[in-house]
Amino acid sequence: MTTENNASNIIEISELNKWYGDFHALKNINMNVKEGEIIVVCGPSGSGKSTLIRCVNFLEKFQEGGILVDGTELTDDAQKIRKIRSEVAMVFQHFNLFPHLSIVDNLTLAPIWVHNETKEESREKALKLLDRVGIKDQAEKYPNQLSGGQQQRVAIARSLCTTPKIMLFDEPTSALDPEMISEVLDVMVELAREGITMICVTHEMGFAKKVANRIIFMDEGQIVEENDPEQFFKNPESDRLKLFLKQILTH
Amino acid sequence: MAVNELQSTRKPPISQIGAVLWLRTNLFSSWINGFLTLASLYLLYIAIPPLLDWMFLSANFNFGTVNILGFDIKFSEVMADNDSCGREAACWPFIYEKLYMFIYGFYPREEVWRPDVFYGLTALLIVIVRLVRNYKYKNRVILSMIVTYPIVSYILIAGGFGLLPVVETHQWGGLLLTLIIASVGIIISFPIGVVLALGRQSDLRVIKLFSTLFIEFIRGVPLITILFMASFVLPLFLESGANFDKLLRALIGIALFQAAYFAEVVRGGLQAIPKGQYEAADSIGLSYFQKNVLIILPQALKISIPNIVGSSISLFKDTTLVLIIGLMDMLAMVNMTSQDIYWLGRETEGYVFVTMVFWVILYSMSRYSRKLEIRFNTENIN
Ligand SMILES: Nc1ncnc2c1ncn2[C@@H]1O[C@H](COP(=O)(O)OP(=O)(O)O)[C@@H](O)[C@H]1O
Ligand SMILES: [Mg+2]
Repeated sequence: MTTENNASNIIEISELNKWYGDFHALKNINMNVKEGEIIVVCGPSGSGKSTLIRCVNFLEKFQEGGILVDGTELTDDAQKIRKIRSEVAMVFQHFNLFPHLSIVDNLTLAPIWVHNETKEESREKALKLLDRVGIKDQAEKYPNQLSGGQQQRVAIARSLCTTPKIMLFDEPTSALDPEMISEVLDVMVELAREGITMICVTHEMGFAKKVANRIIFMDEGQIVEENDPEQFFKNPESDRLKLFLKQILTH
Repeated sequence: MAVNELQSTRKPPISQIGAVLWLRTNLFSSWINGFLTLASLYLLYIAIPPLLDWMFLSANFNFGTVNILGFDIKFSEVMADNDSCGREAACWPFIYEKLYMFIYGFYPREEVWRPDVFYGLTALLIVIVRLVRNYKYKNRVILSMIVTYPIVSYILIAGGFGLLPVVETHQWGGLLLTLIIASVGIIISFPIGVVLALGRQSDLRVIKLFSTLFIEFIRGVPLITILFMASFVLPLFLESGANFDKLLRALIGIALFQAAYFAEVVRGGLQAIPKGQYEAADSIGLSYFQKNVLIILPQALKISIPNIVGSSISLFKDTTLVLIIGLMDMLAMVNMTSQDIYWLGRETEGYVFVTMVFWVILYSMSRYSRKLEIRFNTENIN
């Protein structure tokens, strides 16, 4: 694993260790992400994928090691955390839209309250983003009037509303019915091609092959193997990855 | 491949619908159930007719001539007094004569328009809340009323500020005082309750501990003891000592008491909010305050509305305890009025009357809460 100190690293994770009580959930994670890089993280359930990316925007606290996001060290300081969170957006498995707000209000919340934008400009921007993810006509509806795929696209638009530099995706398609997966993946592919930095936990290997610069395989709280997509699928080294690939590619 | 023909729909068998079914499933589903049904009917039979007889059929309605909204309505030649009313049935002229005290207490007669305007405002407020259907407006209307209504009411009832003659709090009484204690108690305790509920969920140990201790202490003691403490212990800590208004002391006690109950109701609502809502709010960079005010509380309070109303109903009933510390609320007026030497021995009429007034108010509140509950259960838009 390389930890060269490259100036263009937008995320630098070093010697990261995280425990839930006694349970060692992340073990010595070292990982650098360059600006504009698309990283796909995969691995069996419970291997610590969510925990890892949730540390990057400090939704989870960690006990050892350090994370540098765009030059800012992650600490308990509330001010810094808010700064980082406005640059790092997250899309969740279960969308987590705000059910009491209309779609457009879901999008304009952070711009208005966190970035002090006016109602008008944030609304205009929100409608543009909704147009981009293909659901402009649903702007005045409420989240549970939309299908799962539509809701996830709203969630992506919401996270784009603050023009983040980094996007974190935590299994964005695994709560969706099969026929809705591609509409969400299409939006993500488009985003990836526009040069935003992305860490994406997913088992959609088609997506990984298409856009990832690197794929990381995790198991039992560790990074077991990482490689570019071609080598990752062609020449897996560890037995655990071979087994994992066999399981998800045959299924 | 076999294709089934479309079947026409049929009515269920006759024994499964209508009155017969209802009787069988609800009243006579078993021998024991049938027996209980008959026993209850018998109890109603021996209790209801005498009560109706006492309240209406044999009761005395000789009010004399009553002016209602400008019309003189003649009930009898002269108003009945204590002697001309029998002892076997209700003597409603007693209530009629003491009505002023039941409704206004010792409020000066020449200033009675002020409580009347207060009652009118309260009624108007209820009508407005029920008429405004649109959500965005409704929240705004309710919010602005929560702020202005208490201020306007206070100036109206208490006077002062160079606007109206002062009416001291010991002159307030009856239904007026009951309504004031209940509504002030509810309005003051609600924000405190919300803060306590958030405090109990807080990550900050000290705040969590304080909130939990406060809530559990208050919920662990009867309201009466809190009223006594507010009445006798509170003045010891205060400069002004015994001069400190008796009503204010009671209100502080009641507000703290109710805050603990509201806190638990709101906490129930908070616990129903999925973790994902907190995470989404955090991840877009909202502060703790913004997260709670914009995302968590609107959802949590909405779920809690039926319980909030329920808890308010309990408080409304509990306000009757203030008579223990010498405040003259509607219930205390029963004792007061029946000590009039011209109307000795008419407590029963007083209690029945006060009971009915309470029942009408509380039953309407509980119906309203039930309606809200149904609406929130079926409503899936927001
Ligand atoms: N809040 C928590 N408390 C205790 N253990 C947790 C918590 N969250 C996750 N874990 C544990 O940490 C491990 C990694 O979880 P997670 O990162 O969610 O895995 P993945 O996303 O790869 O499925 C799992 O064994 C899980 O049970
Ligand atoms: Mg996960």
